[in-house]
Amino acid sequence: MTVGLFIPCYVDQFYPNAAIATLQLLEKAGVNVVYPMRQTCCGQPMANSGFEHLTKDCNELFVQNFAEFDYIVSPSGSCVLHVKDHLHSEKHEDQAQAIRGKVYELVEFLTDVVKIEKLNARFPHKVGLHQSCHGQRGLGLAQMSELVAPAFSKPEKLLSMVQDLELITLTRKDECCGFGGTFCVAEEAVSVKMGKDRVADHLQHNAEIITGADMSCLMHMEGILRRQKSNVKVMHIAEILNAQEG
Amino acid sequence: MKEGHTKDHAALADDFNQDEPRVNWHDETLWFIREKRDRAAFAIPDWEMLRETASQIKFHTLSNLSQYLEQFEANAKANGITVHWAADAEEHNQIVHSILTKNGVTQMVKSKSMLTEECHLNDYLEQNGIEVIDSDLGERIVQLAKEPPSHIVLPCIHLKKEEIGDIFHQHLGTEAGMSNPQVLTETARQHLRETFLTRKAALTGVNFAIAETGEFVVCTNEGNADMGAHLADVHVASMGIEKLIPKREHLGVFLRLLTRSATGQPITTYSSHFKKPRPGHDIHIVLVDNGRSVQLGREDFRNSLKCIRCGACMNTCPVYRRSGGHSYQSAVAGPIGSILAPNLDMKKHADLPFASTLCGSCSNVCPVKIDIHNQLYKWRQVIVKEGYADPTKTMGMKAMNMVLSSPKTFKLSGKAGRWFMKTVPFLVSNKMNPWYKQREMPQPPKESFGEWYRKNRKTNE
Ligand code: SF4
Repeated sequence: MTVGLFIPCYVDQFYPNAAIATLQLLEKAGVNVVYPMRQTCCGQPMANSGFEHLTKDCNELFVQNFAEFDYIVSPSGSCVLHVKDHLHSEKHEDQAQAIRGKVYELVEFLTDVVKIEKLNARFPHKVGLHQSCHGQRGLGLAQMSELVAPAFSKPEKLLSMVQDLELITLTRKDECCGFGGTFCVAEEAVSVKMGKDRVADHLQHNAEIITGADMSCLMHMEGILRRQKSNVKVMHIAEILNAQEG
Repeated sequence: MKEGHTKDHAALADDFNQDEPRVNWHDETLWFIREKRDRAAFAIPDWEMLRETASQIKFHTLSNLSQYLEQFEANAKANGITVHWAADAEEHNQIVHSILTKNGVTQMVKSKSMLTEECHLNDYLEQNGIEVIDSDLGERIVQLAKEPPSHIVLPCIHLKKEEIGDIFHQHLGTEAGMSNPQVLTETARQHLRETFLTRKAALTGVNFAIAETGEFVVCTNEGNADMGAHLADVHVASMGIEKLIPKREHLGVFLRLLTRSATGQPITTYSSHFKKPRPGHDIHIVLVDNGRSVQLGREDFRNSLKCIRCGACMNTCPVYRRSGGHSYQSAVAGPIGSILAPNLDMKKHADLPFASTLCGSCSNVCPVKIDIHNQLYKWRQVIVKEGYADPTKTMGMKAMNMVLSSPKTFKLSGKAGRWFMKTVPFLVSNKMNPWYKQREMPQPPKESFGEWYRKNRKTNE
């Protein structure tokens, strides 16, 4: 099985550690991983702003880069959801369709495809999990508080395999953090207020680290935490699942 | 900025956020209701099946709407109800006015109807010399405050009891500084009693109209619709054409869902059925289109007509809770309002589909399973294509597309001072870098992942 590693643009530029941890986790799970060097962005920022029609070139490039793999895996739920829902190609629609069916967010790939049952990781900290909306409600990584259905959480399942990690509970389990792509600048006031409230929920429950399966939400909350001069850090879930502290 | 508005949603939300404790209070009040809704929903094991059933009944009805409307009209007429058809808001208002004029009525009592808000009926009637008093307590409060409702189920949820006390002091003669809810409610009760007893015409909304029987159901918690309609000689019911359901037996599905979704109550206090006028009395029903058939024709947005106006999507919406209903500038605010409003006036409401993070919570609470967040995404595409997007945003998006579709340029721009620092997503409305106003920028690392990979792994270049 060969996996194409899809590292979203902003993760490549700002959060290489999340990408490295993703790569190493997959390799440790015995997966053959290739990172296509010509990748840029999935086009989500444009599409969510109403410019889906401008994403054609991005889409063609994405198909060129990823068509050959058995699976495509990415440490970003929202980018994966965008590809799953909106990737199309005028030239190779069959390949685009195949990609839509085999693109996975890292957590769901580990739980559903690799079916990981144990991890060799230790992280002795109080951790708060931010369930990003696109991952949770879009990809179904965890049960949503609105639906009358049994609870489950794929990220929590993985975090429970990490030695000495203490997962805190939150008052509002799956409230949006307010990032929302271009929403974070177009609706600056509400976006920041949502982010502040989300962060406050974690702080009130004594989180040392806020984690999640979507780096973009974490980037937004990190910006708020640092402005508040808080010691609380954000870490992508891959970095925690890959941690070997102490 | 768009015609007819001085500010868009983002700017009004910014104003609302100037008073942070108030935003917290607004957010917590609505979240409390969302939690009540959760408890009520979880108390019913079949909840998801109920939603699916409701959604299918509405879908079926919308697919055969003209037929059911005709059936309803025929049955209502046979019951002795006068049926009117209004193509738009203007015609609706004229019809209501003419009914009142014919009956020599200059004062009317009205129970809650978002449709009349949509049609701006109160303004119209007042301009024509007819006094209207809203009898729903929340509606009456915002009416006295000369504000539109900020929520479809809880019209004055944005006001605190002290503010309501001030309004009552000014208009209903309560003591200055009095904000005891019991005293205020009793004052409103006396005031409305007097109104009910003296009005010859009453207008109500319609929650459900039943094609099979030609009857309609009005749901209130205060019984004010009944008080108005039973004491008046003329009852006018204003109804959007999408309020129809085929059969009486379907009512059970919707009545179980409506109030649980709206406020977490098992059922509304009053679910009143109106079928035929008493001798010597008249019932008129006005069937209003006002853009609904256009929406019915837009395949991507057709499902928005399933809406039963429970308000659950507003209570759960993290944006609505933190921006307030007035920031939407539309009779129906929040997520569903953001789908309905652009249908009525795309230019004026081009901002609304963007007032969402597309988190999807609205679609999950919706009792009739409207895919609200997907429709918001689709409206964005339509609005941009129709040319209602901000030109600087369009330019930014085009530049972004150029960079992102070329791996070479992408890599170069990344290197040249982390291109993304200035662009994705900061470029989009880069007046004074709205990201940085209340957030720190991400700290650029030594090297990008691509650069690391080239050094540490075998590459495919
Ligand atoms: S869209 Fe759904 S949740 Fe929102 S008001 Fe209508 S029925 Fe209720």
